[in-house]
Amino acid sequence: MKQQTLTGNLLDERAELSLKEISRACSSTSEWVIELVSEGVLEPVGREQEQWRFSGTSLLRARAAMRLQHDLDINVAGVALALDLIEEIETLRERLRRIETPTNK
Amino acid sequence: MDFKDYYNIMGVERDASQDEIKRAYRKLARKYHPDVSKEADAEARFKDLGEAYAVLKDPEKRAAYDQLGADWKAGQDFQPPPNWDAGFEFSGGGYSGGDSAAYSDFFETLFGHGFGSAQTDRSRAGFHARGEDHHAKVLIDLEDAYQGAVRSITLRTPEFDSSGHVTTKQRTLKVKIPKGVKQGQRIRLSGQGSPGVGNGHDGDLYLEIEFNPHRLFRVEGRDVFLDLPVTPWEAALGGTIKTPTPEGPVDLKIPQGTSTGRTLRLQKRGIPGEPPGDLYVSLVITLPPADSDAARHLYRKMEKDLAYNPRGNLGA
Repeated sequence: MKQQTLTGNLLDERAELSLKEISRACSSTSEWVIELVSEGVLEPVGREQEQWRFSGTSLLRARAAMRLQHDLDINVAGVALALDLIEEIETLRERLRRIETPTNK
Repeated sequence: MDFKDYYNIMGVERDASQDEIKRAYRKLARKYHPDVSKEADAEARFKDLGEAYAVLKDPEKRAAYDQLGADWKAGQDFQPPPNWDAGFEFSGGGYSGGDSAAYSDFFETLFGHGFGSAQTDRSRAGFHARGEDHHAKVLIDLEDAYQGAVRSITLRTPEFDSSGHVTTKQRTLKVKIPKGVKQGQRIRLSGQGSPGVGNGHDGDLYLEIEFNPHRLFRVEGRDVFLDLPVTPWEAALGGTIKTPTPEGPVDLKIPQGTSTGRTLRLQKRGIPGEPPGDLYVSLVITLPPADSDAARHLYRKMEKDLAYNPRGNLGA
């Protein structure tokens, strides 16, 4: 029997996960995700909770938040700070790399 | 099976207090947390650390571990002495939060069974009719990210059979990997998670993209890195050399007077996407071996004719 090829959704920068979906994908509750949103860790598109849409990048952030919170025993505000700093370091690393290397077309 | 020195992993003395152990754990956990650290072995170290802490923070496990003695060295082949755990009272409910699969054989042998059913449901409290979401990693080659691919992946799901034993069920899925995927990105396959109960929907399967280590290239985000060996004359005089890229070889122009470690950026030759990544080529100057009279003669001649002193400004 020939096996069917599955095509999934690539979760990229486009926002397509609902509040329910992202909570489930983190094995967590909507309340926890809402807390992340109010702390500014996640920035969904859409005004009302029912219309919120999260990007694939948000999912990665949310799961990182979950791991940090669980493994390092820090609260949501601490997680928010850690994630911001980690992201800033990554941006700086990338800028450094670009500055240090000339372009060759 | 290798012995694991939990005290060494935590960087504490054998007589460290519980407070010291906790402090050491907190500090190292922040340092090696895979979401924080960029070090290549962070994940392995963090795992070791979690395991060490799971034992040392628990007075029962720690006492049991201690009586193995201080003479064991990390990495030494280890077999637990018979009845090594006799006389210890294990209250069970052991290590928290982790799935036991994450721990080493060493840990499993010592604490996997005697400590009660450690795996008792890390419960999703309450009863959900919807099937659980699953997460799995899929390994792809860098080239797949450039071109897209179809990959067969085999997933093993633990299941309880009717008599309550754990068995693993295997299933194979064929999945399309879209062009332009990055390390760590997720692909969602609706309805491929756990089956729902009653009228509940099936859970989803999230596949995390991970690249197989590549013989030539390193990947960060959509940027790709290559170390390219060049000869001293190519570096000194410049030239055009054939350079491998994940899309096939290209001609790369080397400017004259290039020094080692110099990196060239090939725009948009990284992983495709919006925006596409770049390909970074670091030049590594390699010396031809002086393994013949002719070669030695040439080096001697360079020494004489070039009168080059790279240490001129070191003041020595």
